[in-house]
Order: sequence, then C-alpha cells, then structure tokens
Amino acid sequence: MDIRVPAGPTGLASRGAPLALDRPDAVAVTRDGRGIRRLERYLLWLLLALGAVVMVGPFYWMLVTSLKVRQELLQYPPTWWPAEPTLANWRALNDLAAGSFSLFFRNSLFVSSTITVLTLLTSAMSGYVFAKLPFPGRDRLFWVVLSLMMIPFTVSIIPSYALMVRFGWLDSYWALIVPIIFNPFGIFLMRQFMFALPGDLLDAARIDGASEFRVFFQVVLPLSQAALAALGILTFLAQWDNFLWPLVILNDPDKFTVPIGLAQFRGRLGTEVGPTAAGSVLAVLPVLVLYVFAQRRFVEGIALSGLKG
Amino acid sequence: MALGTNLSLPATRKARRRRGGRDADQRLFVAVTLVPTLLGLLVFWIYPLANGLLGSFTDWQAFASSREFIGLDNYRALRDDPVFVKALGNTGLYTLMYLPLNVAIGLVLAMAVEGSGKLRGLFRTVYFLPVVASAIATALMWKWLYQPSLGLFNQILDLVGLPTQSYLASTTQALPSIVAYSLWKNVGLTMVLFMAGLNGIDRSYYEAARVDGAGRLRLFWGITVPLLRPTLVFVVITGIIETLQVFGPVFILSSVGANSPPGGPANSTMVVAVYQWAVAFGQLNLGYGMAMGMVLFVIILGVTLTQARFLRQSWEY
Repeated sequence: MDIRVPAGPTGLASRGAPLALDRPDAVAVTRDGRGIRRLERYLLWLLLALGAVVMVGPFYWMLVTSLKVRQELLQYPPTWWPAEPTLANWRALNDLAAGSFSLFFRNSLFVSSTITVLTLLTSAMSGYVFAKLPFPGRDRLFWVVLSLMMIPFTVSIIPSYALMVRFGWLDSYWALIVPIIFNPFGIFLMRQFMFALPGDLLDAARIDGASEFRVFFQVVLPLSQAALAALGILTFLAQWDNFLWPLVILNDPDKFTVPIGLAQFRGRLGTEVGPTAAGSVLAVLPVLVLYVFAQRRFVEGIALSGLKG
Repeated sequence: MALGTNLSLPATRKARRRRGGRDADQRLFVAVTLVPTLLGLLVFWIYPLANGLLGSFTDWQAFASSREFIGLDNYRALRDDPVFVKALGNTGLYTLMYLPLNVAIGLVLAMAVEGSGKLRGLFRTVYFLPVVASAIATALMWKWLYQPSLGLFNQILDLVGLPTQSYLASTTQALPSIVAYSLWKNVGLTMVLFMAGLNGIDRSYYEAARVDGAGRLRLFWGITVPLLRPTLVFVVITGIIETLQVFGPVFILSSVGANSPPGGPANSTMVVAVYQWAVAFGQLNLGYGMAMGMVLFVIILGVTLTQARFLRQSWEY
C-alpha cells in the first residue's frame, strides 16, 4: 500500500509527491510494441544493466577487499576474486588501536533501537493528540512544533553541544538518546496520518467504555502500522548512520557507535584497508538484509523523509 | 468544539456522568503526552536555539564560565576570514556541481526504469541500494577506489591505457571526486521520487498529445517536465538544504594523509559545515562557529525562498 500524507492545514504535505510506488508501466515512456520498440527495450536494459554494475560495484569491491590477504591487496593488476580468501581482516576488527568492533556494533544496535522505540512512542502519542483530541490553542501549538522542523543542524548543533556540557552528558548515551527522541518531524508525520483515521471507529470504542489510553493502544496504534513502520525504518536508518552528533559527543572508544568506530580508519586506509573493508561490510550488511526483506517500506519511509526539509 | 459532542445518546444522567469521565480521561491523555514532549522540545530545541542566537554575538567558548557581548565582531571576522570565504565558495561550488547532475541523472533514470517493463522492480532495487547503505562505510570504500596507486579506478584506467588521475590528492579534482561519490550515494532517492511523480501523471495526456502528432521530445518538455514540477521543486529545495550543509562525505573523503585534517588538500574541499566543526569542536570557539551557522541558515532560507518562487512561476500556464 502507499502512504499519502494528507494535505494538512500547513500546506507542507503538498510539497511532497504522493508516493504511488507500485503502478508498473503507468507511464510507459517506451511502450512495448514490435520490432524497433522491442530492440529499443533491449538496448535500455543493457544501459540500465551497465549503470547497475556501477551501483553494485563498490559493494562487491568492499566484500572482495575484506577477504584478501595483505599481499594481494598491493598486487597489480588487481584480482577480481581473492586467490586465497581469508578472515584475518575480520578477526582484526576486535583488535583495533581504539575499541573493538563487536562493541561498536552492540552500542549502535542499542542506541539506534532505543531511539527508534522512544521516538515512535512520543511521535505517535503527540500525533494523536494533535490530530484527534482538541483543546484550546492546540493548532497554534502544532504550528510551533512544525516550525522547529525548519531548523537546520548547522544552527542547532553548537548550542545543543553546549547544553550537553552543562548537563554533564558529554561522552554519555543520555546525550545521544534523550534530545533525539523529541522529533518534530515524527510528530508531524504521525499527526498527518492519524488525521485521516475514521472518527466513528474511535467513538465506537469510547462508547464501549474504553479509556483514552486503551483507544490509543488498541485501536489507533494498530491502524497506524504503515506510518509507524515508515517512521520506524527512517529513524533506525538515520540513527544507525548518524555521524556528526556522536562524533561531537563521544570520546571513549568503548562507547563508539559503528560510524564513529569506522571513521577512525579515514587516514589509515593505506595500511589498514583490509579491516576497514571488513568493518564497512559489517556496517552495511544488517541494513541491506532488512532492505531486501522490507523493500517497499524502506523506499516509502526514506522518500517521506524528504518532507521534513 | 466540545469533546463530548460525538456521543449521540440522549443526555441521560448516566450518559452525562460518562461524558464528564470521558473529558477527564482525555485531558489526562493529553497531559501525559504533551507535558513531557513539550518539555523536551523546550529544553532540547527552543532553549538551545535562543541561546545559540545570542551566542553568535558573544565571545562564547566551550567550558568557559562566562561570555561577553561583542556585537557583530564574529560576523565581521567571518567576512575577513579567508578560510571561511573559501569554505563558502566551495559549498556553493559543490551545490552547483551536485544538484543539476543529481536532478538530471535522477530524472533520466526514473524514466528509463519506468519504461523497463518486467525488470522495473529489479532496477529500482539496485539503484536504490546505496541510499540505504551506511554513508561512512561507503565513503571509506570510495576513498580506497580513489587511491592513486592501489585504487581500482586508476588500475582500470591503466589497464585500458588511459592516464591515471590523482583524485582526492589533487586540489582541482578533490571536490568533483566527492561530488561523484555523493551522486552515486543519493541519485537512487531522486530517481524514486521522480518515479512517484511520473506515476501521478495521467496517461491520457500523453495519448491525446500523441494523437495530435507530438514527438517524444515534445511529450517530454510539453507534458512530463511541467507536470513533474512539484517533484522538481521538492527535489531541488531539499537538495539545496542538504548540500549546503554537507559534512560526512567531505569529512571522510578529504583527509588523505594519516593526520591531515578534513577539508584538504590546501582547503580545496573545505566546506562550511566542516569548518564550523573544526572551529567549534576543535578550537572550542562556539560563538564564532554559531555565527557561521547563522550565515549558512540565512543563505539556505534565502535560496530556498527564491528558488521556490522561481520554480513555481516559470511554468505557470
């Protein structure tokens, strides 16, 4: 199914194109016909396949590099598959100058999933309030929340850092998690989605005597699965990949997340490209596996993220 | 609107009591939700913002106990700071190289993949792959591909008998090399957005135009491009906001030596976000860094508004 963000009073949603992702051939620029048209299609496939090699090539090279012994990495001409595949580079990941990769991996998993769960909760609850529970001044308040979406990180990062210094949260996961879970974009997204939920259904549950909390958890949340999945994937991806904020906050290598742990290789590729490649494969792999299994939700979720701009 | 009006039952005493309970119940939910959320937004968004705006007019240092108001001194210093001027120029250059290419390639890919029949799903998956992959990991691998002596790019050039290049180590090629990486990483997203836009165009426009004898180019410029305008505005504006703040790819790809700082060689890839990072978190000069952020914010705002107006007007019928 596709997610369409209903145009709210903000007019913001109208900036994003509706994400009708699954209408094959809705616009057949080259319509399948006979003769020349068919030849044209084969040519198109060939060109697209060449492009696909460019897209996949760096991933393949990453994998091959991680399996080569040091000697082979320095060889010319390059070998397209390791002559004697080795896991030495992978083992080296737990024996770094600073920290160890299994630790980075666990840290990233913990930070990213905690943020995702809490963001979904705060966004869904606030979104529901802004969509369905009127109170005086609510819409003005929603405008304030919306306007926070427009603030670029180049403006917010320095004062946020100063605040973390004052809280004594430098080098702690509190700084990585707590400021992030209040997410204006998430609130906006959930509010737009829940706005379209049928009020009759909620009223029916209320008349049956359900408390507002039950209505929310047992009626509203299950109906909002599509939006929750999109926001969840988006949040998890963004946090799994988050670089600048943890870079500013973290100092202790035992607390590093995967991107920060990986970044320490940036000046040492000449000597340590094998472990770098192995670490990169590890950083990319979990997301790619998820992507293959939940492809449509990924594409929708990420495409929606553009709305926050 | 009163909260209880949705109850269509006759207002018996029992119902009224229930309605009163209902109101209290909803108020509780609103309070439990909004009190922590608004407090969080206030503490972690609004307060830092106000504090930062003020800070750009002070000699604010990290960990210092006090700060002094120095008026526009930070902004004046920025104007006379050759590195900042260079960074601003590079940021503009990066945007000017990246954005048109991203839009053009993304649009061509979208039309090609839409027209690729039964392989459409496969191609979409493949071209979108780099979008989901970790930026730091892929940037590191591209850095290795760019490596002058051992990197794959030069080895391939050498194998086919072309002169090798120095890519990231050269002051002229470094920035375009980073642009090439960013295009590879992000063009799949642009493609998907354009595909969604293409799917929103009514087929009958094309058929009607074809009946009138319009050729393919005419169909493209006369129907596809104007009707994709909302997607185009969206892609361009989000693109500007992103590229003007580019940080990660430059940070990873630009430091060539073991201890060389990001932004090199010779500041040829220094962009505003990287310089801001160096000033604020390297030299702990928060006030000066904050002034930089404000300059960038004003530019983003200005460019976005102008662009939106321009793109909206130019294709009005």
